[in-house]
Amino acid sequence: MKVVSKIYTGLVFLFLYAPIIVMIIFSFNASSSTSVLSGFSLQWYKSLLEDEATLRALSNTIILAVCSSVIATVLGTAAAVGIDKFKKGAARSSVMAVTNIPMMNPEIVTGISMMLLFVFVGKIVNADAVLGFGTLLIAHVTFSLPYIILNILPKLRQTDRNLAEAAQDLGCKPVSAFFKVVLPSIMPGIVTGMITAFTLSLDDFIISYFTSGPGFQTLPIVIFSMTKKRVKPDMYALSALIFVSILLLLILYNVAQAKSDEKSKKK
Amino acid sequence: MSNRNSLKTKLVASPYIVWSVLFIIAPLIFVVYYSFTDASGAFTFENISALSKYTPTFLRSIWFGIVATLICLVIAFPLAYFISQTSEKVQRTMVMLVMLPMWMSFLIRTYSWMALLQDTGIINSLLGKIGINPIHMINTEGAVILGMVYNFLPYMILPIYTVMAKLDYSMVEACQDLGGNRLTVIRRCILPMSMPGIVSGITMVFVPSVSTFYISQKLGGGSFDLIGDVIERQFQQSYNYNLGASLSLVLMVLILISMAVMNRFSGDEEGMVI
Repeated sequence: MKVVSKIYTGLVFLFLYAPIIVMIIFSFNASSSTSVLSGFSLQWYKSLLEDEATLRALSNTIILAVCSSVIATVLGTAAAVGIDKFKKGAARSSVMAVTNIPMMNPEIVTGISMMLLFVFVGKIVNADAVLGFGTLLIAHVTFSLPYIILNILPKLRQTDRNLAEAAQDLGCKPVSAFFKVVLPSIMPGIVTGMITAFTLSLDDFIISYFTSGPGFQTLPIVIFSMTKKRVKPDMYALSALIFVSILLLLILYNVAQAKSDEKSKKK
Repeated sequence: MSNRNSLKTKLVASPYIVWSVLFIIAPLIFVVYYSFTDASGAFTFENISALSKYTPTFLRSIWFGIVATLICLVIAFPLAYFISQTSEKVQRTMVMLVMLPMWMSFLIRTYSWMALLQDTGIINSLLGKIGINPIHMINTEGAVILGMVYNFLPYMILPIYTVMAKLDYSMVEACQDLGGNRLTVIRRCILPMSMPGIVSGITMVFVPSVSTFYISQKLGGGSFDLIGDVIERQFQQSYNYNLGASLSLVLMVLILISMAVMNRFSGDEEGMVI
């Protein structure tokens, strides 16, 4: 049984990683083919570093992810704190239902619905190119918000309500009671939510595809227009670099977590 | 005093509420508005009546979505079980390995499958080396479904694993003590207890599978149009926003209905377990 489960797990992981392995191998291909290997070369990594459009798209993607995750975190944390005070009833359940919409709706519907809004408003104000950084930012903040709110609400529920009151009894103003007592206890939820928002924004293609214009393109959109034609291995090289950096980050994160687990066990 | 404070605290949520009215509710109203108007903005049922032409596309999307979801479930359930049986350290690594591919651009990963599946591609040249004739794989229904399973499998594995990792194993032991063999234990005990994970996995795989547009274009070679492809074309090629909006409206209603059915189903299951 043990052997069977190991073989099975191995096969599923082979399936999950097969295209990634192919991608990494072919990023070192000497020719521009993505199916026939003809020797080792680093030329695609070199041409990637010289390709200004791709590098600009990469920096656009990171700028957008930072801005949208920060805005969504501030807005979402405030929202969660307010919603937490809502009593169970129509108001609370309708706010929660609306919050769930971007998570339940197919991404393509979220994308086109926002595009319709932007195009309509653009027509009214007579702007030619409404779609750009602003619309992308609004879209990314919107689809990130539910993940932030839903990460923080459970932490608020676990927080002892008397703590904030105790702080106020001891002379804290409500606002500073919030920052000194409530905020630290919901911090893990805020951080998880923000990381989720950041990674969602980095990776999003479908919603960005409908809400972006030619003036501001993110990496997934550039990749998409390249896969319409033949993909050269420089895209593979880029993906291989992204893969290795995410792998390193995850390993670091896990080592750090394992260490802190050990520490808390010793205590 | 405390009441006034709580009113003030509630007001902190107001920027978010304004935001969600502007950017969640208003866009959906625009979908409805565009569905029932023509290019000049006059009221019409034309877009809705044009939909009957797309019935086969809708049916194909739903069918592909169901098949992909079932395959994901069959692959993910045993895997999640095996992972949950390992030590804590191994579990953490495995979960990381399941999540890692999700952070790569799905466009590139799907494209990479094209290189694997082509008639002169990597799989066929490997098969050729052991003397098997090439198999035609790209541009078939199977390739599209493979692309869906590949892209959305982690969304099935993770929720099922999360539930299984927290299972109360004294129940499992009780089931074994009562004379259940391995299969009975899984079927009568582990399966019903992991139902919440299975249900959320099914929705998380079904929704993106039904509405995808890139996978079918790349791996199906354009011969298996899904509803997502049709919608995408209305917005990016033929610029018929009104028809696109009405297609999306139907897609949205379809998904809401199937989710309501799923929730009902999971509610019943919970009742059964208790």
